[in-house]
Amino acid sequence: MNIVICVKQVPDTETKIKVKDGQVDHTETKYVVNPYDEYALEEGLRIKERLEEGKLTLMTIGPERAKDALKSGLAVGADEAIHLVDEAFEGSDPYSTALILSKALEKIDYDIVCCGKQGVDEDHAQVGIILAELLDVPHVSVVTKLEIAEDRKSIVAHREVEGGHEVVEATLPAIITAQKGLNEPRYASIKGIMAVKKKVIPEWNAEEIGVDKDMAGLGAAKMKFTEVTLPPERVGGNVFDDDPVQDAVKVAHLLRDEAKVL
Amino acid sequence: MSNNVLVVAEAQDGALKKIGFELIGEGKRIADKMGGLVEAVVLGHDVADILGPLGHHGAEKVYVADDPVLANYTAEGYGSVLARLIKETEPTLVLIGATTQGKDLAPRLAARLAVGLASDCTGFEVQDGEFYITRPIYAGKAIATVTQATRPYMATVRPNIFAPPEPDTSHDAAVENIPADIGDIRANVVDMMKEAGERIELTEARIIVSGGRGLKAPENFTLIEELAEVLGAAVGASRAAVDAGWKEHSYQVGQTGKVVTPTLYIACGISGAIQHLAGMKTSKYIVAVNKDPDAPIFKVADYGIVGDLFKVVPVLIEEFKKMKAEG
Repeated sequence: MNIVICVKQVPDTETKIKVKDGQVDHTETKYVVNPYDEYALEEGLRIKERLEEGKLTLMTIGPERAKDALKSGLAVGADEAIHLVDEAFEGSDPYSTALILSKALEKIDYDIVCCGKQGVDEDHAQVGIILAELLDVPHVSVVTKLEIAEDRKSIVAHREVEGGHEVVEATLPAIITAQKGLNEPRYASIKGIMAVKKKVIPEWNAEEIGVDKDMAGLGAAKMKFTEVTLPPERVGGNVFDDDPVQDAVKVAHLLRDEAKVL
Repeated sequence: MSNNVLVVAEAQDGALKKIGFELIGEGKRIADKMGGLVEAVVLGHDVADILGPLGHHGAEKVYVADDPVLANYTAEGYGSVLARLIKETEPTLVLIGATTQGKDLAPRLAARLAVGLASDCTGFEVQDGEFYITRPIYAGKAIATVTQATRPYMATVRPNIFAPPEPDTSHDAAVENIPADIGDIRANVVDMMKEAGERIELTEARIIVSGGRGLKAPENFTLIEELAEVLGAAVGASRAAVDAGWKEHSYQVGQTGKVVTPTLYIACGISGAIQHLAGMKTSKYIVAVNKDPDAPIFKVADYGIVGDLFKVVPVLIEEFKKMKAEG
């Protein structure tokens, strides 16, 4: 079974976001692996363990620092990693990002591709699903539980929906996007971290995977950012610190009489 | 290309979801500026009787694909039917609710049409025939304005942002049946596990009462549930409570849970970590109950009570009950 995990880096969620000249200012940003991608990776590792066979390949698009995301994935047990890197990829929107991934995937064998449900930077939540459409395979998004069928030809996935859980069956090959709760990602062992030092991470550029200028980068974006601003600061109101019982009564009445929400 | 706005109205359990009406209202405002009309589309089975309110809320026309094969949502099936409709009617803008279904459907549909998609949008401006769409990024720490180079424009829209218009029962929409050409479906719903009891959906709730680590034990969530019941509110939980196993992930409000925009959010025993605020700081009113006066949540609360929630919440419950009885 060939398992591919798409990962990317995002700013640490503790980061205070700064805006300069209508764009997010990343000069002091510390990058981590996108949390949802960690659930995707962990699930790939578990599939491999449960089936007692399989090859797990990581894929990322990004500048040189993106190799850190691949290395941390190799350290927990991924077999191979591919770094898709090219200036031409920079500034790609979700569609172009998915297109680049689809071109790379055309060059390898895959049975299941696991992505995080969204990047916690721009929160588009599109790439994994667009990728499925471009590859003409089914997808299941926001998966909270995943099983591979005995015959390795289909999957059964659980997903959270309004009012309950859906159970979806899909044929392989397929794309799934991981939701929080799918699993608990493991930590790398020292042995795993040391082993990464010997791993070679191939770099594939635009030409090698057949991505033309009009398919990626800022110029090809179907959805473009014109401006980024900071939201208005929320200002706190009244904090009551006298007597809990009296304060509670006071607030209840304020909600009805002042805020008029009841 | 027309100047019309197409709203994909979602039905669940035989009823139209509120977001459809919110989108028709905003869609009509936009269509008026463009000199076009707002139209709606409904996919499903046995939906003929639920279409009326779409016209009452302002839709001029409702396209409906009513077929057993559409009884359950599938991205490929619904995507095929909608792609065909959009190619034929050429709306200028397609609005889909950012519900679980909408967020699953829209990217596949956009990719099929090879158009851009703006996700989880909170505002629309029209200028010289271009749309300038606002959407939160970095869990709401920043706001992006986006445009699209392709047509139609497509956007999933956050629920509870736009108020649905007042219905006018004298306004009816023309109904047109469209074919249910679903193509090959390779991902199918085989079972649905419904939650026991009626639970108000967090992303659609007007009032939410949430509990956090300050509750100390899972059984103390009954306090939150009682307060929610009195207020007709939905119940939420912080990440700490969910990770501790006190509540399922579907209750989680926050960056890795749900983003909510209620009129009133009451946070009990929740300190107010950045990631939790990311999920609720655009609530109209925030009430915080916490015994730590330095809890960050007090910086965003409109009304904060520094005190032991085990003393405060029961009093709130009693007081709201009294107020309800007074009428």
